[in-house]
Amino acid sequence: MTVTTNHTGISNRLLDLVPAAPAQQSRKDFTSDQEVRWCPGCGDYAILATVQGFLPELGIARENIAFISGIGCSSRFPYYLQTYGMHSIHGRAPAIATGLATSRPDLSVWVVTGDGDALSIGGNHLLHALRRNVNLKILMFNNRIYGLTKGQYSPTSEVGKITKSTPFGSLDRPYNPVSLALGAEATFVGRSIDSDRAHLTSVLRAAAEHPGTAFVEIFQNCNIFNDGAFDALKDRSSRDDVTLKLAHGEPLVFGAEGDKAIRRADDGSLEVVPAGSPGVLVHDATAADPSQSFALSRLTGDTHGVTPIGIFRSVDVPTYDEALNTQISDAREKQGAGDLMSMISGGETWTID
Amino acid sequence: MSEQVRERETRRLDRVVVRFAGDSGDGMQLTGEQFTSETATFGNDLSTLPDFPAEIRAPAGTPAGVSGFQLHYSDHDILTPGDAPDVLVAMNPAALKANLKDLPPGASLIVNTDAFTGGNLKKAGYATDPLTDGTLDPYMVHRVPLTSMTINAVHAAEGTGSVNKKEAERAKNMFALGLMSWLYHRPTDGTVGFLEKKFAKRPEIAAANVAAFRAGFNYGETTESFTVTYEVAPARMKSGTYRRITGNLALSYGLVAAGELTGLPLFLGSYPITPASDILHELSKHKRFGVRTFQAEDEIAGIGAALGASFGGSLGITTTSGPGVALKSETIGLAVSLELPLVIVDIQRGGPSTGLPTKTEQSDLLQAMFGRNGEAPVPIVAPRSPGDCFDAAIEAARLATKYRTPVFLLSDGYLANGSEPWLLPRRETLPDLKVTFTTEPNHTGPKGPEFWPYLRDPETLARPWAVPGTPGLEHRIGGIEKSDGQGNISYDPANHDRMVRLRAAKIAGIANDIPPLEVEDPSGQARVLVLGWGSTYGPIAAGCRRVRAKGLHVAQAHLRHLNPFPANTGEILRSYDKVLIPEMNLGQLRTLIRAEFLVDAIGYNQVRGLPFKAAELAGVLEDVINQ
Repeated sequence: MTVTTNHTGISNRLLDLVPAAPAQQSRKDFTSDQEVRWCPGCGDYAILATVQGFLPELGIARENIAFISGIGCSSRFPYYLQTYGMHSIHGRAPAIATGLATSRPDLSVWVVTGDGDALSIGGNHLLHALRRNVNLKILMFNNRIYGLTKGQYSPTSEVGKITKSTPFGSLDRPYNPVSLALGAEATFVGRSIDSDRAHLTSVLRAAAEHPGTAFVEIFQNCNIFNDGAFDALKDRSSRDDVTLKLAHGEPLVFGAEGDKAIRRADDGSLEVVPAGSPGVLVHDATAADPSQSFALSRLTGDTHGVTPIGIFRSVDVPTYDEALNTQISDAREKQGAGDLMSMISGGETWTID
Repeated sequence: MSEQVRERETRRLDRVVVRFAGDSGDGMQLTGEQFTSETATFGNDLSTLPDFPAEIRAPAGTPAGVSGFQLHYSDHDILTPGDAPDVLVAMNPAALKANLKDLPPGASLIVNTDAFTGGNLKKAGYATDPLTDGTLDPYMVHRVPLTSMTINAVHAAEGTGSVNKKEAERAKNMFALGLMSWLYHRPTDGTVGFLEKKFAKRPEIAAANVAAFRAGFNYGETTESFTVTYEVAPARMKSGTYRRITGNLALSYGLVAAGELTGLPLFLGSYPITPASDILHELSKHKRFGVRTFQAEDEIAGIGAALGASFGGSLGITTTSGPGVALKSETIGLAVSLELPLVIVDIQRGGPSTGLPTKTEQSDLLQAMFGRNGEAPVPIVAPRSPGDCFDAAIEAARLATKYRTPVFLLSDGYLANGSEPWLLPRRETLPDLKVTFTTEPNHTGPKGPEFWPYLRDPETLARPWAVPGTPGLEHRIGGIEKSDGQGNISYDPANHDRMVRLRAAKIAGIANDIPPLEVEDPSGQARVLVLGWGSTYGPIAAGCRRVRAKGLHVAQAHLRHLNPFPANTGEILRSYDKVLIPEMNLGQLRTLIRAEFLVDAIGYNQVRGLPFKAAELAGVLEDVINQ
């Protein structure tokens, strides 16, 4: 197996199984000849540009990268990347990608999905991909609305939302995707924002460095059906006061003046306190127990006036694909390669002359 | 006493049908399997029919919980597990009640009298004791206190000191097996070896079972109850090495073989479902062949993962039954659109909905044909016997890889669990299905060489299969309509019309790549053709034999490929005055035949969860011939 000689130091034991790019690649190498057909102003453009700009950093051969998507606006993503790709059916991308990643350890497999695709129709597949820890990178674009079907509420839409299918306001309580992923035993959970190229790139890099399933929620603006859903996190005058950028090993401090911090309240949940208060927590994304990461995921703009972004959790545990492929190599080592005729004639046989 | 016994008569028979029946927990399947194993090694031809409830342990002693195993064996080649038992072993009143209706007058009946207690009679729904009320007068009844003799034998044996009464009692199925082995002159060494191996970790239980087995055998030898024993000589079968095989095992082996023959790693994505789970169990053992098995979170993920693996260059397989096919339909449509190889194994069972999970039916044919949105043709292959599942699996993989298409393999519960002697194939007789991936561009565009994922082979209309990892051929495929050749998204009306027709023509063209439909008509004078598909082959052929033995003429043809039909199908159907199509559904093949060929075929349809009986079909055939 060719070992990656990448250019940036992105590496893990599974990425090392993927052949290296013969030469330095650029964003252009990952741009397909297809016309991009999202609505003008869609947040997907920014994410596409960031991903195209990031992929060369991996240092792996582009033919060994596969993007699998489901259905929805975000799921058109593979068409615009000059890699192998499949635009599949609604909600099933994690399942399809599981088969591909498990059978081809020499590939880097990415899933692109949306809040409806991943959390509604495909919720079951997402949960199980996360718990199995298959070597997949799942990019979930969350715009809190159904865009491609023209504006119905999604499983991340807020209660009371007026949409085409909820003229009197939506009744469903939304999911918190990061809480959901952590509850499903995800080994890597991150969150970023479409418009923050530097931050998104840093989260993509960390996801790529993680051996196993990486789940990345990307806040993405749908300027047609749910414009401004994440404005508070984007507005230059307000964003620093409402965004907690998670950094492993650093105190949980935020605010334009660095004046706010996070600590554990008496009931075990987290609370915002003035910086310098006693008991300010230090972020540990690698803790075996996900409790603190989960508590962080419960911080929202609505409830606490702050939204964490960055890496909530990143723990290195064996992946499903490694374990399966090890069972195969172990069986071959111990029993020898299979012989068809001796398998067939196993058990009781008798011969008639 | 012993004088008489030594003079006991041994009667030679050309065939015997035996049935074991008891509670689900009585070990009747194991007893039947072991009797069958003894019979196979003796060299008889045989066919088996396990028949058990969906509940693992239905309420003990009730007819709902009765589990049965029927074996037909002979000194000549046979085609079915037999219409009616010549001998029934009934372990309790419920087993008697559930099976007595199948027993013809004069047949032998071995009953476990210990189980005929007031409580058990009540649970079975008997108001009076059938052992004494005359119910059993038409039969040759052997009353055997099976339970008590088993317990006595176990406790008298060496090495069974730690076996309690309940454990001793559980060996009563081995007592029954021993008695039957004596009665029918079956070899016994295999069973003793089997028991010692099965209970190797609990030698006292092995000793108890062996003791019960020997006690049953010796009881037959010493009792006066049996004045006749029976012998069935080995069958004259084609020379070669045989083993006994069930349909699901043969199908699993066929899939492993297909992986070897195509040179592709096998990837099975599956979700447990009766009666298909045994294929998942079997394939999960064969890691050394590079077989990857993935027990998915649901049916949809099972086929999704298989399709993903096919995209990566594996031979993707999914195994299921009818309800699972319904869930997989959308992904099958995607596979049709992506034009990737995929084998969908459907072990049909009684439907609709959950239906009869453990009973057989052929009612998924139209689901396999049409159960998708859009024009989504999928080839269909159906095996005709347990052993044939091996070849049918290879054929399904051949079509899938050669034509880059999902293929249905339609087996059923009867084939899945039924068994027969199987002449082992020789390696050199298996087809070469070697798959070559596309590694070079196949088109020259304005900017130079390009790869067009939908540029078709002019002969097969199959598209190139270029797998990830191939430099220069990076491409995207999807469920949205693609432009002919280039494969980019296209909403052009004329292009869609062309692509729909191309996909249909590709599958239709398979008709030229499969053997023509063969007709068996020994006299050459038949005016009636009986047409079947799948597991009804045995009963139909047996029915034809019976009719021909009476001097009547009938022709038989059996379809292995149901989509497309062999090229000569219409011509054959039209050359007979009447076409009869027996099916274990309400006329699904008949619907297709009438639609495709405008032949007014006659249907004979039963959905009783059991295979047809030879006598039943012979009667139907006679009626059609004489009409």
